[in-house]
Amino acid sequence: MSFIVRRVIFYLVAAWVALTINFFIPRAMPGNAVQAIMAKFPNLTPSAYRALEAMLGVGHPGSIWHQYWAYLVNVSHLNFGTDVSQYPASVSSLLAQTIPWTITLVGTATVIAFAIGTALGIMAGWRRGGWLDGVLPGLMFFQAMPYFFLALILLELLAVRAHIFPIGQGYTGGLVPGWHWDFINSAVYHSLLPALTIVIASIAGWMLQMRNVMLTTIGEDYVLAAQAKGLPDHRVVWTYATRNALLPQLQGFGLALGFVVSGAIVMEIVFSYPGIGLLLLNAVTSNDYPLMQAIFLVITFAVLLANLIVDMIIVVADPRARAREGAR
Amino acid sequence: MSAPILAIEDFSVVYRSPGGDVRAVQGVNLELYASEVVGLVGESGSGKSTLAYGACRLLRAPALITGGSVRYQGRRAAAPMDIVRMQADELRRLRWREIAIVFQSAMNALNPVLNVRDQLLDVIHAHLRMSRQDAKDKAASLLDLVGIPRARLRSYPHELSGGMRQRVMIAMALATDPEVVIMDEPTTALDVVVRRDILTQIVELKDRLGFSILFITHDLSLLLELADRIAVMYAGRLLEAGTAAEISREPAHPYTRGLLHSFPSLRGARRDLAGIPGSPPDPQNQPPGCAFLPRCGYGTERCTSIDMSLAPVASSADPSHVTACPFVLPGTPPPAQPKGHPAAASAGADQ
Amino acid sequence: MTVALPVSAEPATVPETPQQLGLWRRLPTKAKVGAVMMGVFILAAIIGPLLTTYDPSFQNPAPGLSLHPPDAAHLLGTTQSGQDVLSQLLVGIRLTLELALSVGVIATVLSVVVGVAAAYLGGIWDEVLSLATNVFLVIPALPLLIILLGYLPQKGQLATIVVLSGLGWPWGARLIRAQTLAIRGRDFVAASRETGEPTWRILAVEIVPNEVSLIAASFVNTVLYAIGASVALAFIGLADLTSWSLGSMLYWAQSQQALQLGAWWWFVPPGLAVALIGTALVLLNTGIDELGNPRLRKAGGAGAGAWRGLRPTDPTPVLQAAPPRRGRLASFLHSFSRSSLLDDHNGRGGTR
Repeated sequence: MSFIVRRVIFYLVAAWVALTINFFIPRAMPGNAVQAIMAKFPNLTPSAYRALEAMLGVGHPGSIWHQYWAYLVNVSHLNFGTDVSQYPASVSSLLAQTIPWTITLVGTATVIAFAIGTALGIMAGWRRGGWLDGVLPGLMFFQAMPYFFLALILLELLAVRAHIFPIGQGYTGGLVPGWHWDFINSAVYHSLLPALTIVIASIAGWMLQMRNVMLTTIGEDYVLAAQAKGLPDHRVVWTYATRNALLPQLQGFGLALGFVVSGAIVMEIVFSYPGIGLLLLNAVTSNDYPLMQAIFLVITFAVLLANLIVDMIIVVADPRARAREGAR
Repeated sequence: MSAPILAIEDFSVVYRSPGGDVRAVQGVNLELYASEVVGLVGESGSGKSTLAYGACRLLRAPALITGGSVRYQGRRAAAPMDIVRMQADELRRLRWREIAIVFQSAMNALNPVLNVRDQLLDVIHAHLRMSRQDAKDKAASLLDLVGIPRARLRSYPHELSGGMRQRVMIAMALATDPEVVIMDEPTTALDVVVRRDILTQIVELKDRLGFSILFITHDLSLLLELADRIAVMYAGRLLEAGTAAEISREPAHPYTRGLLHSFPSLRGARRDLAGIPGSPPDPQNQPPGCAFLPRCGYGTERCTSIDMSLAPVASSADPSHVTACPFVLPGTPPPAQPKGHPAAASAGADQ
Repeated sequence: MTVALPVSAEPATVPETPQQLGLWRRLPTKAKVGAVMMGVFILAAIIGPLLTTYDPSFQNPAPGLSLHPPDAAHLLGTTQSGQDVLSQLLVGIRLTLELALSVGVIATVLSVVVGVAAAYLGGIWDEVLSLATNVFLVIPALPLLIILLGYLPQKGQLATIVVLSGLGWPWGARLIRAQTLAIRGRDFVAASRETGEPTWRILAVEIVPNEVSLIAASFVNTVLYAIGASVALAFIGLADLTSWSLGSMLYWAQSQQALQLGAWWWFVPPGLAVALIGTALVLLNTGIDELGNPRLRKAGGAGAGAWRGLRPTDPTPVLQAAPPRRGRLASFLHSFSRSSLLDDHNGRGGTR
């Protein structure tokens, strides 16, 4: 079976596992979730409470398979129910407002960090003992701290004290969101510090990983053979060493993506950035289960999709993966 | 006799490590003439690969060449040049064009992400000036040379069988018409039938194109058929060298004798197989005198003070036959005790 | 290129073989630094809270003590409600390390069990376990942790340990499975099986001991993950906020607007503690990696001394017997060139 088809099936299985866990957790946990909600939000309509009960499986609302099926149907229609903390807004509408902000910021910054980190890793692996090797422990320090803490530090130093960047928010208050220059300009300006945080925090990881992969690859026979063949240096570095080293590096990217995205989302809280992060904080503090569940599903599906894209890139780049396509 | 194409003289290589220097190659002299096959035989760790790669300056840190010269004078070269003294760009021109290498494991020596044609083109474009079309034609004709169907130009290394991969390696080595081809155990990883095919092909190509071969192996039996001359290496030094005919007829050094008696012959009387007990010495901790002493059936006290230089074998029909053992000569009867001499114990080596 | 190094006339005096060098000496410097740092924190965790003079929860209503910068009485200042930050920090280090090390142990044991079982049992077991491992690897951990903890009425230390361990094993399991497969194929294992050794014995005596460095690296990685995850969870409020873990300190600092109010002493110490512990772990991990994979090591001083800046495609260096004589200016200029003289003070190749 083709490699890509097998990967798609795998991701569908993973998505199904996520959905099923999401469905069963409220039913498996002790305590009555709906009552907890009712205590915090006494002013919802009775039908809203009933909807919640149905969603969370409280109070005998029908057979479990019935509920499960209804749940899956709802999710496939992107119907995540009515929000609790910002009633009567629907969860989907809240997500629709915040997802673009997060995707733009986190997506762009992650790709930039990966690209720069990988490039630095190639250099560090190729030329041992250079200044890059010396810089590495320092970068490791930044990698070891939580993204949101780095955000606090950078915010304190560069925004509060040095006034280089704005202190949080997605755009200057008072501007109307829309596709016009003022707004876009302000939005970009406000996203610089969060993006910088993500880059600084994650770059060491990519660099270290690429450096190690490069070192291993350079030790392979075919790189020595390329040298023995008298091929020019740039050919040896790029086509023989780097092209092979990039494959495990890309796989590592896919695996690490979950952590990077999670860290970045929590980091948004520090900046009061209008993305999923703030939504998540509100959902947690107010026990807004529909929103929490929806955020979990959205993040998970996004990461799965990104992994699938990475897999497709690998298929294009690695003939051994491609070999499993087509009839043999 | 014309000048040798490759003359390795007093060549020494160490590996620097925190624990001390490892003397991988010590004062080796070796010559390679036009259109001949020289076999370099030795156990694992004897330094044969280090010698070959070191002579091309292909060893990586922490290897260090500590002495000697490697003079190359091929037919295309105007004057002899010492590889040890060359700069990087000269080396790059020399490599492959003049001295090519066929690696042991073709699966590992071929780039997994490039197809056969691209790898051949890489080599062609690096050394020869040709139009793209000419280069493609040449790549195809190289496959013809080794008997691989042209359709395989588009294949990737993992799509080829072991024998085919090795043939691609050979085709690649011959792409720029080198003078010297170093073959590092090219058939060790292949099964016997394929091995026979490849070796036949190698000899045929050598006769046709006229290059010299330095054939590295641990299998002496192979060299007896294949090589013109043989050099026996142990613990970084040459122990014996001479024509294949003479060495197989009357080996001089005890080690060579041991190697010859380690495999059965298809012809001749049946005899008991005897191996060589023990293992090579720790390269970081070599005792004085002959490194083979602990395993030598002829060893005596005198052996701890010889200097391991090669001297001609007087009784040999081959004037180039040399040995490092001054005591054991062709005609010396087999040793009384097959195991290492007690003198070995005091020399501090382990069994 | 030529390298001028003093020729060592004698072979080196009998050196210790690498195996004989003790574990501590074999560790690269990075790992030693990491180990020492961890030692300091573990020490702080054990005795720190005994040394605090204040009860971390004690809210001191005395005027002027709210958000007081560091001074003699409160070495790290006070929080909004007059609590001593240093005391909280010391308790926090202990709680966080307790949690992270527990998760490390449990999750590593789980990953060894799963990894070895999958590799050794093979067949359908391998398929199922591998699938489960890969699924839980690809599903992002933090969102899943959020909904797991979110529904729990109490989000105490124990609950967090259980939940974190439950998601912390896939990473190590995958690596251990790969390693076990490789070892399983080796001859000495086949030999043991032929002689009829029981499976559990083969596992315990032949296979697992060969994976020690991998298990150690996996443990360190898991502890790192546990710290990061628990701090992040606490930061968004999914922890026992009445206890003083480093994460909950950060939660309170953030929710009380410490940054905006300029109270840097409230959020910097706990964050810095997390960062330093994390750095120590990363250094340890890199060191263990280098121990296991020789290619990553600075082999024989490569990367230092004479081999600094050498590229893999540079030709094998050649020893120069004696440096050529140069004038001072020529020497100075020459020192910038690739073939410059390199002093080697202890008569050997660049050692560390």
